[in-house]
Amino acid sequence: MAVPSTATEIAAAVRSGGTTAVEVLEQHLVSIGERESEIHAFNLVTVDAARERAAAIDAAVAAGHDPGPLAGVPVALKDNMCTRGVPTTCSSKILEGWAPPYDGTAVSLLASAGAVMIGKTNLDEFAMGSSTENSAFGPTRNPLDPTRVPGGSSGGSAAAVAAGFAAMSFGSDTGGSIRQPAALCGVVGVKPTYGRVSRYGLVAFASSLDQIGPFTHTVADAALALQVVCGHDPLDSTSIPEPLPDFSAVLDRGVDGVRVGRITDLPAGADPDVAERVELAFDVLRAAGATIVDVEVPAFTYGLTAYYLIAPAEASSNLARYDGVRYGLRVDADDTNAMYSATRTAGFGAEVKRRILLGTYALSAGYYDAYYGKALRIRRLMANDFAAAYERCDVLLTPTSPSVAFPFGSKTDNPLAMYLCDTYTIPSNLTGDPAMSVPFGTGADGLPVGVQILAHALDEPVMLQVAAELERAAGGST
Amino acid sequence: MSDRLTSDVVAKVARLARLDLTPAELEQATAQLGDMLDHFADIDALDLADVAPMTQPYPLVNVMRPDVVRPCLDRDEVLGAAPAPQDGRFRVPPVLAGEG
Repeated sequence: MAVPSTATEIAAAVRSGGTTAVEVLEQHLVSIGERESEIHAFNLVTVDAARERAAAIDAAVAAGHDPGPLAGVPVALKDNMCTRGVPTTCSSKILEGWAPPYDGTAVSLLASAGAVMIGKTNLDEFAMGSSTENSAFGPTRNPLDPTRVPGGSSGGSAAAVAAGFAAMSFGSDTGGSIRQPAALCGVVGVKPTYGRVSRYGLVAFASSLDQIGPFTHTVADAALALQVVCGHDPLDSTSIPEPLPDFSAVLDRGVDGVRVGRITDLPAGADPDVAERVELAFDVLRAAGATIVDVEVPAFTYGLTAYYLIAPAEASSNLARYDGVRYGLRVDADDTNAMYSATRTAGFGAEVKRRILLGTYALSAGYYDAYYGKALRIRRLMANDFAAAYERCDVLLTPTSPSVAFPFGSKTDNPLAMYLCDTYTIPSNLTGDPAMSVPFGTGADGLPVGVQILAHALDEPVMLQVAAELERAAGGST
Repeated sequence: MSDRLTSDVVAKVARLARLDLTPAELEQATAQLGDMLDHFADIDALDLADVAPMTQPYPLVNVMRPDVVRPCLDRDEVLGAAPAPQDGRFRVPPVLAGEG
């Protein structure tokens, strides 16, 4: 029998004895063997540990035990998620070779659910970028067109699922770093509500924005993934102490009566092929019984500015810990100050330095009120505007990315052009609301287009419900 | 070239951030950061005096837990990941230049 490809099917088959975790793993290792040298989705493939783990899962099933809801599912993790004893580099030379002394909470939960960790995926250094071109270990290629980027910063995780290297992967989303690569690689990507998934063991970029989430082939797999990794964690003081809903319960309900918001003052910039697919998504949902509601979100347009002040400011503080003392690279010098500078200058790449400089500037005396202070007030406006919109609708629909996957090097000389990739994804990070990208047909050059579904805090179920409807439509004649 | 930023300011910021920039890097950083600040000028005209700053998406409350001893990270494992551990500590160069 053919090995199933979705996580839901794999877990069901492994639990029932219809297939084995070893068979599933070997199938994925074959795919990795065939294409990984071209794609470079991984910084590390943990072949031996994965084989041991898969065999243990099969032994548990044979002994009559249930390994859990992700039994035998090969899972890839972004290389900024701490894995005990397994190198976690953030695709930075400053952490090259460092192995964390503990597992992150999400990593532990995945293991407890029976998942088989297959490797650590490539990213833009410290998750700063939108193309995975900023990795110190070389870029990841888009499996659908290797001349193009997979998006970023979680480009390796998106590519790993798109290429069939893993049935499910996880990334982190600070300004769109799950949703944008999901859109560019044609897979499902979810950023849950801020605080739904513990950040314990996620290497910090911008702590008030970072959130872990899944990449999957299907919406049902995304719901399954959320059920495993979400939940309150005493080890993360920003973790939300709310009970979890059943994320899978409403996937088959359809969208009859659901209110879908259209943002009338959405910032321009989406390519026509992308905009056309989003229009079609509105049509599909209307035809399925949803009500389309026009709403305004005036602060949306200031999101990019607020984000590119707040995120670098937090990053400049978080990355102060890379000083050559406790972990990672050290470049020796005659005194500690010279050692700090020599280490950081040698260890960080150009984009990370750029963001540290921008963030340090925005926080420095004389500029704090004009930049960082003002950005925090815009963040409040943004939250107020979205809360008002959600009084009139259940979800909002926008493009995920302004364009389909772009060629390598096309934005690397102009940091600002790269930042504009995040226009539509940034607001959800500033507000903390959940958002996801679901593949919805193709645009220019036959490349996938992702539609973004946004919802109010803790409203993941209705977001997944709408995504499931779009998935059904995309699988049909559209 | 933006007039919002001089290379002297960028050089100072780089010192604060413990980053050494070559003259060419300083020039490029000044130009790129200036371009960004120009782009961010869209917020200059906003009057936000009555808007409260928002630092976190979710209202945080103080969390207490019982003061009991729990397992923590293994000292040898933590020190094993450091560049220069010595005698159960993190070894660093002299804090004041010219000492030691």
